[in-house]
Amino acid sequence: MDFSPLWEGVWGGLMLRAAAMTLIVAFLAFLLGQVIGLGLTLARLSGVGLLARAAETYTMVVRGVPELLIIYLIFFGGSSTLGWFASWFGHQGYIEVSPLLTGVVAIGMICGAYSSEVIRGAILAVPVGQVEAAISFGMSRLLRARRIVGPQALRYALPGLGNIWLTTIKETSLISVVGLVEIMRQATVAGASLRQPFTFYIVAAAIYMVLTGGSVLIIGRAERRFGRGSMAAGA
Amino acid sequence: MEFYTYVLVELAKGLPLTLQIVGFSLVCSFALGLCLALAHHYGPVWAQMLVRGYLAIFRGLPLLIQIYVIYFGLAQFAVVRGSILWPILREPFWCAVIAISACAGAYASEIFRGGLLSVSSKDIDAARAFGMSRLLMLRRIVLPLTLHQALPAYGNEIIYLVKMSAVASIITLPEVTARAFTIVTETFRVFEVLAIAGAIYLAINFIAAFAVRCVEKALEPSPPRN
Repeated sequence: MDFSPLWEGVWGGLMLRAAAMTLIVAFLAFLLGQVIGLGLTLARLSGVGLLARAAETYTMVVRGVPELLIIYLIFFGGSSTLGWFASWFGHQGYIEVSPLLTGVVAIGMICGAYSSEVIRGAILAVPVGQVEAAISFGMSRLLRARRIVGPQALRYALPGLGNIWLTTIKETSLISVVGLVEIMRQATVAGASLRQPFTFYIVAAAIYMVLTGGSVLIIGRAERRFGRGSMAAGA
Repeated sequence: MEFYTYVLVELAKGLPLTLQIVGFSLVCSFALGLCLALAHHYGPVWAQMLVRGYLAIFRGLPLLIQIYVIYFGLAQFAVVRGSILWPILREPFWCAVIAISACAGAYASEIFRGGLLSVSSKDIDAARAFGMSRLLMLRRIVLPLTLHQALPAYGNEIIYLVKMSAVASIITLPEVTARAFTIVTETFRVFEVLAIAGAIYLAINFIAAFAVRCVEKALEPSPPRN
């Protein structure tokens, strides 16, 4: 195996740029996923039957269907919906949704479904007595969420959300099928043009291992930080 | 209406392939996961280290890259192309099954290890007191208890496996997802086609979940007889 094209040609720089793209997609998708996840959780805990059922159905469908179908839905469905709107204003022809946007929305939707399970569990794990105590102090709903439930739920949610972040990084590889130049796509292009597919896939694998390994370290530190002051700290 | 029947029939043609990928991968990943878990739990230190490295790699990488390395990557080497394994590694079907089994096996092994850890030492002591050999104890006591404990979590694993099989569409296998993609690009009726494809996957998952629950019931330890 010959790794020299990495530092002799442009390919090394391109792989690093692709790695940055993977991180950007994963990060934005994760953020969107937290917003969707929180929304779904609030809907499920709202006590409004219809809202709770809708959120549950969303979670069940998104978790039970292959990721690729959701990516196709956003990529093709997004452009056909946009095209339909544009035809009202006299625009004809095909409008393509950018692969980056497709990736963020599709992976964010999936991430949201999984996150809502974690967030829900974390909120329910906060002891009822604490909420009652907060109520008896005259705290409003919002203040309770900010001072009492939120910080504790965050600590319970961290391990689960950490796992979801790792899954999100891995799922971004699927966006390569709609043409976003992230690690997978770049490795395929480089490997095909130099006729060294194995070499570049190994490089891609190494980059993924660095991303996931680094994340594991950061998540561990975050867990210790948010766990400080609790009885289980250090256990 | 005609269009819906057409889509359903076209997608259903991919169903046997999807089920074959899932079926083969299920058997292989089950065996692999169990072996990895046993090595991790009972094996010597070097075997435990090996399993840990395996888990770190196969759980830390996207499935897509594992499929690509096996399908596109290995062909880079003339040794592989000349070997007796080439007829297998040339087929996208077997590449997908190997990659999915390797990946799902890593996840399954963690579930089985949890099951192994849950077997209480009292059961083991009782088996020893009966004079059971290690193998007999494994077969009659440890494995049934482990499987029973691991089954609910393993049910989720099967759903992941069904979803993993869709990634095989990327290496030209005409299973359900690949067919959905083709029909979408031909007709551009995105929502109808993808909804039907999604419904097929949800149906598979429901049936799989139901089957797991049945097996779970069958493995329920019978109450002691007086």
